[in-house]
Amino acid sequence: MIELYNVSKVYESGVKAVTDINLRIAKGEFVFLVGPSGAGKSTLTKLIFREQLPTTGQIFFRGRNILRFKGREVLQLRRQIGIVFQDFRLLPRKTVFENVAFALEVIGRPRKEIRRRVPVALAQVGLSGKEDAFPDQLSGGEQQRVGIARAIVKRPLVILADEPTGNLDPGTSREIMDLFEQINRDGATVIIATHAWDIVNRMRKRVVALENGRLVYDEEQGSYSHGA
Amino acid sequence: MALNSLWYCMRQTCTSLVRNFWLGTASAAMIAVSLIILGGFLLVAVNANQSMRIIESTVEINMFLEDEADIRDLRQRLHALDGVEEVRFVSKEQGLRELKETFGERRDLLAGFEGENNPLPDSFRVRAEQADLVPGLARQISFFPGVYKVSYGQEYVEILVRVTQWVNLIAFGAVILLGAGAVFLIVTTIRLSLLARQDEIGIMRYLGASNWYVRGPFVLEGMVVGLAGACLAVGVLGAAYYYLVTVLGRSPLVLFFVQPVTDPRVILSILGGLLGLGLLMGGLGSLISVRKFLRV
Repeated sequence: MIELYNVSKVYESGVKAVTDINLRIAKGEFVFLVGPSGAGKSTLTKLIFREQLPTTGQIFFRGRNILRFKGREVLQLRRQIGIVFQDFRLLPRKTVFENVAFALEVIGRPRKEIRRRVPVALAQVGLSGKEDAFPDQLSGGEQQRVGIARAIVKRPLVILADEPTGNLDPGTSREIMDLFEQINRDGATVIIATHAWDIVNRMRKRVVALENGRLVYDEEQGSYSHGA
Repeated sequence: MALNSLWYCMRQTCTSLVRNFWLGTASAAMIAVSLIILGGFLLVAVNANQSMRIIESTVEINMFLEDEADIRDLRQRLHALDGVEEVRFVSKEQGLRELKETFGERRDLLAGFEGENNPLPDSFRVRAEQADLVPGLARQISFFPGVYKVSYGQEYVEILVRVTQWVNLIAFGAVILLGAGAVFLIVTTIRLSLLARQDEIGIMRYLGASNWYVRGPFVLEGMVVGLAGACLAVGVLGAAYYYLVTVLGRSPLVLFFVQPVTDPRVILSILGGLLGLGLLMGGLGSLISVRKFLRV
């Protein structure tokens, strides 16, 4: 599904964010991207999403080199990837329903389809009945569920989450991770950047660890002992 | 673009217009001012053009002769020309009498010029069948033997041309400056709209919204502002011109100099052009803004 070959990213400031990364993620995998802050996790997710281009190296999505993508192809790529943020990034003046519907609106889906698919996504994340609430009326965990519903409502092939539980308490974090596991069982490839080592160790998924921008560990059913 | 995308675009535009009401109004006013000046000068130009044509073509051709000119031969040549309606010979004595008439009470000033001292040449007054034949006829006549000089009010025309050239130059400069200012204001207006919706735009990018889906509402907003300014300009100009033509136009003094252009095709195409230009300025300003501040 996703392949990175000798990928390095040096920012204009001279900071080496990631160095010589080789990584293959197959369809349907559940991958934790771990490492301390500043290890390059965020940069890696941005590279996969083609928000940033690598300084050197190649990145493939479903066998196609995304560095050669232009305009429309970049949009197609982003429509196949659902993104979840640490700070949720909901629109405060839109209701829960509207926030989720927004993901379909901006890619020009018809109204009928939106009305059909949004409740399904909200049910999947356990928020049925909260359609008309505004984000600030919800708890952090609920807000993140809205964020996840927004990511899955367009039925992406890949879910990319950058520290999705960074702002949540441990109990809520576990619920959110269980939700990701459920989404993964339904067929989506899930990639989660996190440094919540307790959850990572409990879930026994593939773990890819970064340190100072280098890939230092890649293990099926791995664990994370490099400090939180 | 799908219908619901268009609907989204229009809703966003309305929201932004309300939120940035005063800056939008200022931009529209600026556009209106520059278009009023441009339109005003265009109206002056078409009127000046028409006046020049009228002066050029209604005034008789004066054909001044040299002393030794063969008057009979010239009369035959003139009658042989196509498009000549009437030929009248004016001797130097008659010319002096007519000149005295135009001097009215001060005719005594011309007292010393009678008989041998008459400085005026003999002349022919030539009237053409059609007004627009005059310049051509004048040219042909000027090559006849014994012709000293041909004139048909071209002096006035030349003055008018020179004046309108200068006026046009100044107007052109003013329009460029004001137009650039107006576009810059639009850029600022749209930039504020962009800043107000930065978060939303960021999320839209992550969700895979196309460039035009993101840009559309802002470009539309700029065009609405531009069109509003243009409508204001067209209203002001239209009313002012109507007033000038109907009220001031009745004064004989004004009518003597200028026959105002009232052809609706000319007036409407000028006003329509201004509307289009306003739309264009608004669109251009917002395009500059989204290209500059919105890296999608």
